Amino acid sequence: MEALVASAVGVMTAAGIFLILRRRTFPVILGLSLLTYAVNVFLFATGRLALDAPAVLNKYKEVPYTDPLPQALVLTAIVISFGMTAVIVMIALSAYLSSKDDHIDMNANDSVDAPGEDA
Amino acid sequence: MNHWIVAPIVLPAILAPFIIMVLRFHLDLQRIFSVAGVVALIGIALTITAQAAGGDIQVYELGNWPAPFGIVLVLDRLSAMMVLLTALLALPIVLYAIASGWDDRGKHFHALFHFQLMGVCGAFLTGDAFNLFVFFEVLLIASYGLMTHGGGAVRLKAGVQYVAYNLLGSTLFLFALGTLYAVTGTLNMADLAVRVAELPADDTALLRVGAVLLLLVFCIKAAVLPLHFWLPASYASAPMPVAALFAIMTKVGAYSILRMYTLGFGPEVEATQGLVGAWLQPAALVTLAVGAIGILGTQHIARMVAFCAITSMGTLLIAISLFTETATAAALYYVYHSTLATALMFLVADLVMERRGGAIAPTAPMPQTGLISALFFVGAIALAGMPPLSGFVGKLLVLDAARDAPDANAIWAVILIGSFVTIVGLARAGSLIFWKSHDAQHNTETDPENEEGTPPAPAPEPNPGLAFTAVCAMAIGLVLLTLFAGPALEYTNKTAEQLFTPENYIAAVLGGDT
Repeated sequence: MEALVASAVGVMTAAGIFLILRRRTFPVILGLSLLTYAVNVFLFATGRLALDAPAVLNKYKEVPYTDPLPQALVLTAIVISFGMTAVIVMIALSAYLSSKDDHIDMNANDSVDAPGEDA
Repeated sequence: MNHWIVAPIVLPAILAPFIIMVLRFHLDLQRIFSVAGVVALIGIALTITAQAAGGDIQVYELGNWPAPFGIVLVLDRLSAMMVLLTALLALPIVLYAIASGWDDRGKHFHALFHFQLMGVCGAFLTGDAFNLFVFFEVLLIASYGLMTHGGGAVRLKAGVQYVAYNLLGSTLFLFALGTLYAVTGTLNMADLAVRVAELPADDTALLRVGAVLLLLVFCIKAAVLPLHFWLPASYASAPMPVAALFAIMTKVGAYSILRMYTLGFGPEVEATQGLVGAWLQPAALVTLAVGAIGILGTQHIARMVAFCAITSMGTLLIAISLFTETATAAALYYVYHSTLATALMFLVADLVMERRGGAIAPTAPMPQTGLISALFFVGAIALAGMPPLSGFVGKLLVLDAARDAPDANAIWAVILIGSFVTIVGLARAGSLIFWKSHDAQHNTETDPENEEGTPPAPAPEPNPGLAFTAVCAMAIGLVLLTLFAGPALEYTNKTAEQLFTPENYIAAVLGGDT
């Protein structure tokens, strides 16, 4: 199981980084999503992998339990990354609609343009 | 428990939704509440700074859960002075944003502004590594809104880059925290320090990986060299008052480095000893050099100030990377100076850009050119580190602290040559923008069809008087920082002393129930 989880994290991270290095917004956003999936699985694994174990202590007998803290961390991470993905989709959409161009890097004209003039 | 500690987070956290939900259609009321909120924040910050100045470390247990299990806020000298700096910086910026009409060019400026303040104050106060991540996200998500405030194709495009880069940074942050949790089983900073010290020496490979990953994340925030590429484009494309506020954001990265690597992975921890300084110092030196070259090479005043921000981060991190008490005290003084000076220059850049566009090239003279050039001069002297302003004092302290370091020659050379290049770059920009424009006046009169077309019509600000007052307040802040360098340095010396005795911090957090 360890090998499966580890390779899942590895493959998702690799694919995510590959997609982020594309220069269009859509693959970049897909890549960021893959990376957040990878980090979520990774965070789960930091509490050690345990099968069929509840996340609570049993005070009557000794039973195996799984660490509840990473699950709380993952929940926070999922919420934040979900919100962030929504934000970047909206900003990327409006950037595409206002410049008719979904390249993520700025071209030469953009940087010398006076950005204060367009309000 | 002392409830003042949580006030710098609670106040903006209540005010910002209030502004969105109740005042969303009333710009005047938004302005009043926003300024009042910032003034109240200054009051709170002064109170907690006075409380922290005594030297005892106070802990606030959120939800009254004891320390390693619940999340704690910790008030020590360092966090108090950083919260105070945030509040002091916010007031002139919000006044300037109101006076220049920037807050009217898009929606929800004031609400986002307060969410940003909440994130920054929270990051300074928290004593929990995962909570630090959460506050980073709070300040980042507000900064995404502020950065694209006002819209426009260039700004939105720069915004996409900025968001993508920071999302990548957040993912890296989570990987780092996960690694640290897997090794130590805790995320409370004080508890982390205890566990790290207890770890057997031959079992620390993963811990070092986590520590360096975390350093990488903070370096992204602090715009240290190989990771600085997001900064010039985003700061130059953001609305200038927002860029001025962002001057504190790079310092959040520097603060986190200082906090984590004096407390958790301190200089005397065997596993990570010398690791951080060894990586950080060359990077900081190169940051300073590249920033200075950027100042010299750029054609746009906003980008020039962005590169000034990078050079000042370089100087700051050189001082931090020494990890000695004197160097840290110098760094903390330099934090105050460089934040105010960078913000001042961003506001001056906005004054210039509103009147004549941002190109560093002669155009027709702009209105109020005398006053603006005087302010530019003050900001340039401060940023370049020339006497008599605080930049000189700050750089002198950093140089003095580096005297006994093993690489003292390299540090001295880079800082001094970097300062020289900065002076040349700023002098070039100043003379082209303010002096040559008087020569160019004749050209435009004889040749009305010059290639730029007509210079942009000066958009009169709604309230130039208030705008100049806000910028002057920032300049006066620098002067006061110079005049009261003695007391300020006394405070930072004691702060550094407190930072390098982490036992007190650990005892305060884990020890009893205060």
